[in-house]
Amino acid sequence: MFRQINLKEKGIEIFLSLSAFVSILTTMGIITILFAESFQFFKNVSPVEFFFGTQWEPLLVPKSFGILPLLSGTLIIVAGSALISIPFGVLTAIYLSQFASEKTRNIIKPVLEILAGIPTVVYGFFALSFITPILRSILPFTEVFNAASASIVVGIMILPMVASLCDDALRSVPRSLKEGGYALGSTDFEVIKGVLIPSSFSGIMASFILALSRAFGETMAVTIAAGATPKLTINPLESIQTMTSYIVQVSLGDTPQGGIEYQTIFAVGIVLFGVTLLMNIFANWVMNRYREVYE
Amino acid sequence: MNNKIIIEAKNLTLRYGKHPAIRDCNIQILKNKVTAIIGPSGCGKSTLLRTFNRMNDFIDNFNIEGEVLFEGKVINHSDMDPVEIRKRIGMVFQKPNPFPKSIFDNIIWGPKINGFIGNQQELVENCLIDAGLFDEVKDRLNSSAMELSGGQQQRLCIARAIAMKPEVILMDEPASALDPKATMKIEELIKKLKKSYTIIIVTHNMQQAARISDNTAFLYEGELIEYGKTNSIFTKPDKQQTEDYITGRFG
Repeated sequence: MFRQINLKEKGIEIFLSLSAFVSILTTMGIITILFAESFQFFKNVSPVEFFFGTQWEPLLVPKSFGILPLLSGTLIIVAGSALISIPFGVLTAIYLSQFASEKTRNIIKPVLEILAGIPTVVYGFFALSFITPILRSILPFTEVFNAASASIVVGIMILPMVASLCDDALRSVPRSLKEGGYALGSTDFEVIKGVLIPSSFSGIMASFILALSRAFGETMAVTIAAGATPKLTINPLESIQTMTSYIVQVSLGDTPQGGIEYQTIFAVGIVLFGVTLLMNIFANWVMNRYREVYE
Repeated sequence: MNNKIIIEAKNLTLRYGKHPAIRDCNIQILKNKVTAIIGPSGCGKSTLLRTFNRMNDFIDNFNIEGEVLFEGKVINHSDMDPVEIRKRIGMVFQKPNPFPKSIFDNIIWGPKINGFIGNQQELVENCLIDAGLFDEVKDRLNSSAMELSGGQQQRLCIARAIAMKPEVILMDEPASALDPKATMKIEELIKKLKKSYTIIIVTHNMQQAARISDNTAFLYEGELIEYGKTNSIFTKPDKQQTEDYITGRFG
């Protein structure tokens, strides 16, 4: 009798631990494939060429495999979206956490959540059919596919994330600290600048890094709106290609499996994976390293 | 001795929503004295204290009837800028609340945002000396204030308040989170500070009120029951309720 119960308990435990292992196994599987395929790639292409080459034309003859154009494309999107999401996100968070009444908060918060829940393909479409025409009417030399338009929508897309994480960080500053600031005869602005922001600095920084890492890996909107022209440029009005949209292009195209062209997506994938992983680790490190401890 | 009135409450009624926290209170706080406000918890003593520097402005549904005067001027009208009032009436809170900055920056922050031009080092050192903390921290002014002990943090908060050169310092149970030794230091400090400042201290510790204050106000359920010289309140109170409270029959 007792033995039976024990067996059942043991069975449940094993089942639960197997469920937990599924995610670990999946991660390991993905990493293994990424590494294995990239290894094949780097047998044919030297890492020096890959990381420092300024031409990315793996599908044309003569082939060239310099990732810098894709990297610059991605960085334009990251920088551009940061320009939109960081200031607006922080200002939104300050308003929400310090000035908004409970009622206003209850309106703005769900709207931000809706903004965060819009499928990214819709953002891409929105960029192409709405933002790009506006940009082109202001700056006529803007190309149909351009990085600026994609950056703007990616910025809007990650704004809720910045706003919500910064809001949490600002609200975690104890009331007593705020009162301590006001008691010294300071204005709202001075308390925000001198007490609240420094006291929640780690959370705010972490929100930036996490949002940027999201922009880094963003795929759909940039594939639709930013174009497919790998180009080493810093001009956001030109058509570019990001690492993610290159992977989409090859995955959907008729590139034969197994060839060097096909392996490029794993090489690009591993760079993407590495950078995103590093950014997330860095965000965690910032959180822990600069965490202000309040009782 | 001068018996100049610095803060005065006239027919003051304070409410949270509908619930009255202070009812029809009249009190005159004298300059350069230590005034203690005592009473059981929930009697409204902190609420009254926080009205003197408009700290209750941050509480929704808080409303105020009657007048608070500071040096003869009404300060509780909404057209009076609370920022100006708080520059002249400083505050020390129940729980030490240093900013997560260096010791130096904690003290200089207030003066700096208010346009202090002068020798910062000198100001910081003087404030720390006045707050009796200088010897303990003189070698580490640039390390974080969060590394100090609770008692040191509270003295830093007093130094921070002094740095603004206020006329009045409000203290809301400043020693309640501290051990007896740290409490003693704070009490000695208060006695020393009254030469230059008017101090109003809320405390639930009657012995503390008896030890450090010149005048004592006894509040009970939102009413000012008795107010007078600390000596007479603790030796021969007029009201039965006061006597019951200070002899420990309730509260």
